[in-house]
Amino acid sequence: MPAAKSKLGLSKAKISKARELAAVIAAPVQDYIDAHTTASVERATLRLLGADGAAADGAPVPNLITEKCAAGLDGGAARYYLNALIKRAKTPAELNSEIAAGLDISDLPAADEKLLRLKAAELLKGLDARITANVRHRNAKLSEYKTNVRSPLIYVIVATGNIYEDVKQAKAAAGQGADIIAVIRTTAQSLLDYVPYGATTEGFGGTYATQENFRIMRRALDEAVDKEKRYIRLVNYCSGLCMPEIAAMGAMERLDMMLNDSMYGILFRDINMYRTFTDQFFSRMINTAADIIINTGEDNYLTTSDAVEKAHTVLASQFINERFAANAGMPARLMGLGHAFEIDPAAKNGFLYEYAQALMAREIFPEHPLKYMPPTKFMTGDIFKGYAMNTLFNFVSKATNQSIELLGMLTEAIHTPYLQDRYLAIANALYVHNTMAGFFDEVEFKKNGVMARRARQVLDETVDMLGEVSKTGIFGAIEAGAFAEVKRPKNGGKGFEGVYEKSSAYWNPVEDYLRKKLKIAKRKASPTGRKA
Amino acid sequence: MFIRPYGDTLDDGAVQLSFTLPVPCGGRAKEAARLFVLKLGFKKADIVHAEPLSEEFSFFVAFARTEVGIDYGQVEYAEAVDKHMSMDEVNDYIRRTFKRKIVVVGACTGTDAHTVGIDAIMNMKGYNHHFGLERYPMIEAFNLGSQVPNEKFLDYAREVKADAVLVSQIVTQKDVHVQNLTGLIELAEAEKLRDKLVMVVGGPRVDNKLAQELGYDAGFGPGTYAEHVATFIVRKMAERMGK
Repeated sequence: MPAAKSKLGLSKAKISKARELAAVIAAPVQDYIDAHTTASVERATLRLLGADGAAADGAPVPNLITEKCAAGLDGGAARYYLNALIKRAKTPAELNSEIAAGLDISDLPAADEKLLRLKAAELLKGLDARITANVRHRNAKLSEYKTNVRSPLIYVIVATGNIYEDVKQAKAAAGQGADIIAVIRTTAQSLLDYVPYGATTEGFGGTYATQENFRIMRRALDEAVDKEKRYIRLVNYCSGLCMPEIAAMGAMERLDMMLNDSMYGILFRDINMYRTFTDQFFSRMINTAADIIINTGEDNYLTTSDAVEKAHTVLASQFINERFAANAGMPARLMGLGHAFEIDPAAKNGFLYEYAQALMAREIFPEHPLKYMPPTKFMTGDIFKGYAMNTLFNFVSKATNQSIELLGMLTEAIHTPYLQDRYLAIANALYVHNTMAGFFDEVEFKKNGVMARRARQVLDETVDMLGEVSKTGIFGAIEAGAFAEVKRPKNGGKGFEGVYEKSSAYWNPVEDYLRKKLKIAKRKASPTGRKA
Repeated sequence: MFIRPYGDTLDDGAVQLSFTLPVPCGGRAKEAARLFVLKLGFKKADIVHAEPLSEEFSFFVAFARTEVGIDYGQVEYAEAVDKHMSMDEVNDYIRRTFKRKIVVVGACTGTDAHTVGIDAIMNMKGYNHHFGLERYPMIEAFNLGSQVPNEKFLDYAREVKADAVLVSQIVTQKDVHVQNLTGLIELAEAEKLRDKLVMVVGGPRVDNKLAQELGYDAGFGPGTYAEHVATFIVRKMAERMGK
């Protein structure tokens, strides 16, 4: 949607200033990223070249490879896999079985360099065809049913732990009016340094993200697409220690959206910051290549910090996420920047602040498919009050033209959604969306009213904050607790041992393919250099 | 097939309850609420919300699990109409089968003053984009409105040679609708009209089972449109003619 005149009187100069500061903040991090790889980046690379399957004890083939080849990972894992395919004259499927059965490919004799390149080109051709076909299929269905698209898109979650039970609930939700289904992951999957294999029926508060589970849900939703005559999008969590691998699986199985934040893992899962920054870059290249919309996680800041006092941290993070995504070749139309309706319902004029902040986000990020998150922090067992709060949330969402609306559940504070909870949430949203369909265009605001002043204040505080962060650098700012009031040491957190400085011999044909496809040049070190 | 409530997994038996107890709010009241839910027969009860409504009343929201199930196969209920015809199909059917217009008389009878139900089925404009019986070219429809005594209602039906009568009952307090509906059937039988009329009941607390128990041909609850009722009437008339 085109950027119209600001109804809140936001200063274009200040918005540009914030973007410049975000670029300054991201530059040294990008230098670091370009010089490093991680265990998960390498496993994602292997997956995209065809590595799949698991040993009898459940250890996934990509992990078996990177563990055996750990000593040489700074040169890239692709070389080992391609070499083994040539030397043993096997297809990826055949080689995967051998590796699953115990074959070590780390010390095979080296094949001719030219053959390696040819093999890589052949496999990448197949990969590109698969991803392109996925994008084409999605676009064809979106276009076929475009008259049935509503706005905002209705996003709901299934979280039973059993993929087959998830399927039943997802289909029911699609029938009720949901446009987007997210399968929540089981507790603590984000801290597993591998992706489990196969269909799963047991999880806690969610269902394992596995490639087979992706396929099962995709198939089910595709049936719903033709039944409901709406394209139903599938979402999963491209976060945690396996962020790039989840991106790889999603690209291959036609997921449509991925939760994918540049800092969430650092702040909320205590994953090492170097690991996360490096992983998010590779993930976002994959997501961009597969035309997958990312959802960033700024809503989480407000579950730990006060939503009025710390509103600017959300906007600051959105600018940073935007910059990191752009560095990975991602266009604005794929950047689902996150924010949330989390102000204490007892706060005077809280609704006006919510409204102002949501509209501010819309005006600053006009082309971005903004992801708006419902009240959670102040939800109680009083389901009736919760339902009323969700109605106001639906109101703001529609009144400010949000793109993706994750619906609030009246039982948010109690349990994972019951079938009936999801139904009530969708019915509420459809009612509000329809009854105020033309509201956005009808309303303007007082030039110096509560809302306009609020939005300007948040933008001012954001520019100040970004100015501070650009001085200390993002690594230092996170150490000092600038975001979500969570402090993380640079060399602390999980997964740091899986970060490798690329050697001069580093070769990653998948990265080369992605950079070429997305037209991302290898960057030169910025003037501020290795200050990070 | 044995069935149980479905929360987020098949057979979990999850049920949501809310109620008020006449005691001050606090830990003891909450525990009393939990015990009350268990005493209802639930196996596990969580009081997820407790709120004082005054110094003497406490409101609770509870989630509980039940082991009680129902054998769905043993549940008997026949819908008045399984597959209904459209307005055009109904008119064609009348033309072909009866070769004349049929006559339908409707009213909200007894003391009930709510015409919303009978209007939804009969008015020209209809309801929710479903035209009412007055719009049907092959149906002569008379809507007598509300608070029509049973005697007057049947007199009118006799006068216009009605094929069917529709009785709407909205008010159900103290089962006043049951008394009124029973009175109408008894009157129709006494006046030897029962076999000549297709007699149909409608209303928010009415269903096909209740209607048949009271001696009517069919009952329609919420979500009913004119075409459902019309389909039933014409099929029933044809059945009585042996067609």
